[in-house]
Amino acid sequence: MNIVVCVKQVPDTATERKLRSDDKTLDRDAADGVINELDEYAVEEALKLKEAHGGEAAVTVLTMGPAKATETIRKALAMGADKAVHLTDDALHGSDALSTSYAMAQALGRIGFDLVVLGSESTDARTGVLAAMLAERLGVAQLTQAKKVEVSGTSIAVERVTEYGYDKVEATLPAVVSVVEKINEPRYPSFKGIMAAKKKPVETLSVADAGIAADQVGLAGAWSEVAEFAAAPPRGAGTIVKGDGDGGTKTADFLVTKKFI
Amino acid sequence: MDFTIPDDLAEFRKVVRRFVDNELLPHEDHVEEHDGLPEEVERSIKKKAVEIGLNAIGMPEEVGGAGLDVLGQVLVTEELFRALGGLAEVVPTAPSILLACDDAQRERFLLPCVTGDKQWCFALTEPDTGSDAAGIKTRAEHRDGSWVINGRKRFISHADSADFAIVFAVTHPDREKDRITAFLVERGTHGFAVGQTHKTMGHRGYRQAELVFDDCVVPAENVLGEPGHGFDIAHGGLSSGRVMTAARCLGPMARLIDEGVEWAKQRVQFGRPIADYQAIQFMLADCATDLQAARMLTYSAAWAADQGEAAKIVSAKASVAKLFASEALGRVADRVLQIFGGTGYMNETYVERAYRNARIERIWEGTSEIQRIIIARNLLKRGMFA
Repeated sequence: MNIVVCVKQVPDTATERKLRSDDKTLDRDAADGVINELDEYAVEEALKLKEAHGGEAAVTVLTMGPAKATETIRKALAMGADKAVHLTDDALHGSDALSTSYAMAQALGRIGFDLVVLGSESTDARTGVLAAMLAERLGVAQLTQAKKVEVSGTSIAVERVTEYGYDKVEATLPAVVSVVEKINEPRYPSFKGIMAAKKKPVETLSVADAGIAADQVGLAGAWSEVAEFAAAPPRGAGTIVKGDGDGGTKTADFLVTKKFI
Repeated sequence: MDFTIPDDLAEFRKVVRRFVDNELLPHEDHVEEHDGLPEEVERSIKKKAVEIGLNAIGMPEEVGGAGLDVLGQVLVTEELFRALGGLAEVVPTAPSILLACDDAQRERFLLPCVTGDKQWCFALTEPDTGSDAAGIKTRAEHRDGSWVINGRKRFISHADSADFAIVFAVTHPDREKDRITAFLVERGTHGFAVGQTHKTMGHRGYRQAELVFDDCVVPAENVLGEPGHGFDIAHGGLSSGRVMTAARCLGPMARLIDEGVEWAKQRVQFGRPIADYQAIQFMLADCATDLQAARMLTYSAAWAADQGEAAKIVSAKASVAKLFASEALGRVADRVLQIFGGTGYMNETYVERAYRNARIERIWEGTSEIQRIIIARNLLKRGMFA
């Protein structure tokens, strides 16, 4: 089984994140880059599926991002993935979800896959649509928000988290699966893993290599744009409710005005 | 001169930091309150530590260790000991003396320690002997092809939980040297018992106890190394033991400074954060200077060992690092507690715990005075070690 796990380098959520003033894209140099948290769960799930299939499966990491994103590739390889493909090109800078899905689909088509696994959303853009877009572009089944994945032969079954519990969804491979944090506990890379990662093959793809039309990606090819942005307003002083035996009523009245009750 | 930490070590250090944050720090209150951990927590920490390769970090890969060089071990130890000793000590280790195991002993003692399946303890210290280790009184006599041990050991870390003890006893009392033999004594051996568990000042959960040997019969196959040569196999590990003790002091120093800075910035007195006052700034500056100096001494001693510098020189450098780092930790803990004021005197703060834990670092693995003797002897014999 050929598993491709898509990972994304995002700015560390523990640090202050900002947008660039020139082209209103994410300032990737302003903060440390880390692997998107949910993608760690995706890597873990891919590795577990591989382990469940003995040696018969290979896990390839795919990332799209600037040169710095190799750190994230190395992290996924240190966890145990076999090899990686780094889609990187200045032309990709500023791609939105739709154009990213196009570029990633082209790369996936070139790599070949039975199963694509990714986190259900990233901590930076938080659109949460990439899995669905990829499945659509690739013409394969989409199984999103998975908290459990089972593969048997060419069939795949997931438990899909919903507001009311979960749905059982089944499909036939190839498929795209996005995972939520309930699915597993990602392993820590071991020292041996870190050492081994340095020797694992990482293939670099340009837009041309992957057969991507340069005018359909990047800022120019994006279907959405950031029109304007501003810093979040500082928090107000808040309202102090002074109770004189009627504190409960006053608090309840306040909550009613805010439509909480 | 290149002070860069190699890439893979820097990356592994990040992993260790995360492991400490996620797996160790959440249990600190428990270990402090109960002087130990629930069994399942301890098992889970051990299991994860082994998966990452934190177990027996200095052991060669062929026995299942991580095979880290001394600098790598120092960096990992420094990170691990950001957690209280009672948690950091749960991570499985194996002492280098066990590399002296023969093939049969390897399977029974060395390998299970590396994987965290067996706990060991190092039984050298006695009620009447600490620094003067050669003066131990525990005796082992050769009788009918076996050894019969009699004596008492004290302050033995992990003694109450150990599956076996590495016990030093005098076997050749008439000799001037080569008098002492190391034995592997398993729990449950007739005549071998755990005595009183000591109530200590710090490091809750990392317990020390007495071991009592009363006509304890140990088969000849449990002699570690050659009879009479116990100290030869023990001493190899002493320099690296001192470097690791220095490393154990770096983690708490770094965390104390982080907490001191954080506190000074948010604690407001007389209308301003106390970090604005030079009295506080000077204390923080002295802390940073102590840590930086201790780090450099420790890293350079580790590096000297990795470069294969002469054992005597490494030994002197290790002593310098251990002496300075352990005393610097005492100073840092004292200053940061002062910055915290009354709050730092409360047991629920890290500062109070770290302050108590710090004191032993100047005593074990060779007291500060022993380190000075080692340093001075080197100096008088060879001049200043470069």
